[in-house]
Amino acid sequence: MLRFIVRRALWMLPTVVFVTFLVYIAVRIGWNPVASYQRANPRASKAKLAEYREINGLYDGFFGYLRGYKEWGWRFVRGPDEWSRSIKGRADVYSPLRYAFFNTLRLGLVSAVFGISIGLFLGVLAARRPGGWFDTTVNTAAFFLGSIPPFVSGVVLQLIFAVQLGWLPPAGLYPPGHQGFDLVLMTKHLILPVTVVAIQTISAYSRYMRASLLDVSSADYLRTARAKGISEGAVLRRHGVRNALIPVVTVLGIDIGGLIGGLIITENIFNYPGMGVFFIRASTNGDFPQLMPYLVLIVVSVLLFNLIADLVYAFLDPRIRLD
Amino acid sequence: MTSAIAPGPLSPIIATAPALDAAEGLDVAAHTPGQLAWRRYWRHRGAAVSTVIMAILLLIVIFSGLTTRYGVNEAVLDISEGKNQYLPPQDIAWFGTDDIGRDIYSRLILGIRTSLFIGVASALLSVFIGTAVGAVAGLRGGRFDDIMMRVTDLFLAFPFLVAVIIVREFLGNLPWLTPIVGEKSSVRFVICLFAVFGWMGVARLVRSQVLVLKEREFVEAARAVGGSSTRIVVSHLLPNSIGPILVALTISVIAAIVGESTLAFFGLGPQPGAGGTSLGKLIELSREGAKQGNWWLVAFPCGSLVLLAICINFIGDGLRDALDPKLDSGK
Repeated sequence: MLRFIVRRALWMLPTVVFVTFLVYIAVRIGWNPVASYQRANPRASKAKLAEYREINGLYDGFFGYLRGYKEWGWRFVRGPDEWSRSIKGRADVYSPLRYAFFNTLRLGLVSAVFGISIGLFLGVLAARRPGGWFDTTVNTAAFFLGSIPPFVSGVVLQLIFAVQLGWLPPAGLYPPGHQGFDLVLMTKHLILPVTVVAIQTISAYSRYMRASLLDVSSADYLRTARAKGISEGAVLRRHGVRNALIPVVTVLGIDIGGLIGGLIITENIFNYPGMGVFFIRASTNGDFPQLMPYLVLIVVSVLLFNLIADLVYAFLDPRIRLD
Repeated sequence: MTSAIAPGPLSPIIATAPALDAAEGLDVAAHTPGQLAWRRYWRHRGAAVSTVIMAILLLIVIFSGLTTRYGVNEAVLDISEGKNQYLPPQDIAWFGTDDIGRDIYSRLILGIRTSLFIGVASALLSVFIGTAVGAVAGLRGGRFDDIMMRVTDLFLAFPFLVAVIIVREFLGNLPWLTPIVGEKSSVRFVICLFAVFGWMGVARLVRSQVLVLKEREFVEAARAVGGSSTRIVVSHLLPNSIGPILVALTISVIAAIVGESTLAFFGLGPQPGAGGTSLGKLIELSREGAKQGNWWLVAFPCGSLVLLAICINFIGDGLRDALDPKLDSGK
């Protein structure tokens, strides 16, 4: 087990380097940092431009990209003090990204916890009597809710609960001008965004869980457990759900991409100061020094979650051979 | 976005399920598999209703000359006759008007037309590419198969929205590609963009189908009588995977429509020129509409997108049930 973990973890490093290099090339070509710099500073002199190229390692040609990536990578690894400043406003990149990261983490964690637990719970309840009224209701609701894109549910909820009824604040993390920490205000601002993300998660996970539980429901070990005279609830809890969770856990690891996507949309609707807003702003400005750390963070988290899913899968299902 | 796709294994068609059909009162012996599939499809209530709704919608969209009331950029009334912006639904504008006094109802019809075109075109393109790549990868195996699986793994794990935005900028800034895929803000570009992402899911699906089917006896028989690889793929493997491919096609259509709206929501969607609009452009407007409390700007565009999504998902579901009877929906 330990060898497997170490080997997989060591493989992550070259993968991260390779993928971020691809992303680097895509960003260099796609957003063209030199052009964005000229757009942001239209009266920059030739010397200023050359200096800017030099600082950020914006060399041309494939070998230029390779050299630029190497220089950028070294600066990135040496820590936030060394990172180059943003194109727009020559501002520090690290502290806004950190702020945005923790905001997104809070929103993502809360909605993932709510969404996944409610989804799994509904899935288990639905699978207990397949074809029953509860199953039909959950299934149909999940089908309809799953068909609603997050920006539609976000806009509709914002319109109804924030603008028309005025029960909840329409946007932001705190009311404008608010200073310091306030749990009640923060919770109020979180309700709508969390709902939007959770709707997606609930509809997906209730269906996964139901399908997975129905898959194991005809397994021999369940018949054995019932034959031993264990109560139906204990059979479900101890043997059914535990085994049904195995495939769901892997989906969880892979689904991180979908969660991040949903968060980007939700944050932008509710003007929630997280990484989604950070990314869209950086992308519109073509801000190379802001885009790269964000994308590295995304790449690392996607690979990390895939790794964790693999490990948990191997841990939960001893039949899986690791070598 | 992935959650719009109903999860569930797409197992290959191994045989029709006579027992199941007989139990439902279908006379198996008297009908061809095609007729059986057709009946099974119409038996799926959601799919049947959705097909009717889609047919009506298609008629409305095709005959947009008759069904629209105003031109795409025409204001409902001249500004000199009175205020024409942000009018709530009323006689002269059934679904209200937008920020510059245009009729939402007429624009919606024309927008759905563009969006359906984007959806169908990019779905066809991605199914075409995906089927070709997946069939070759499944049949040949080896290095090509490995590389294809790695590339698709990488893209499918990445957050779709981030990947789409990066690839959009990347493809849009390659000057030599512009003559083929068009300008970054054109409809053609968006179709190509979604095809770039769409083929991967289809390729994996077709690959897994081919991997199972190529071990079957009828493929062996075809090989034994001297059938070439091309012939085996075209006349044996693909016809036998038509069910999952059709389901993937319907799901690709709605994925592209929702994708276009998502891009437009961030102001990155296509600008269909002076004579057109798209569902995404109207959804973009609903973002401001919600903050201002203009409910009709939210209700009608978002409502039609959700209606399209639900109908197409139901049709996909019905096709799955009809063409793959081994896979009962958990009843």
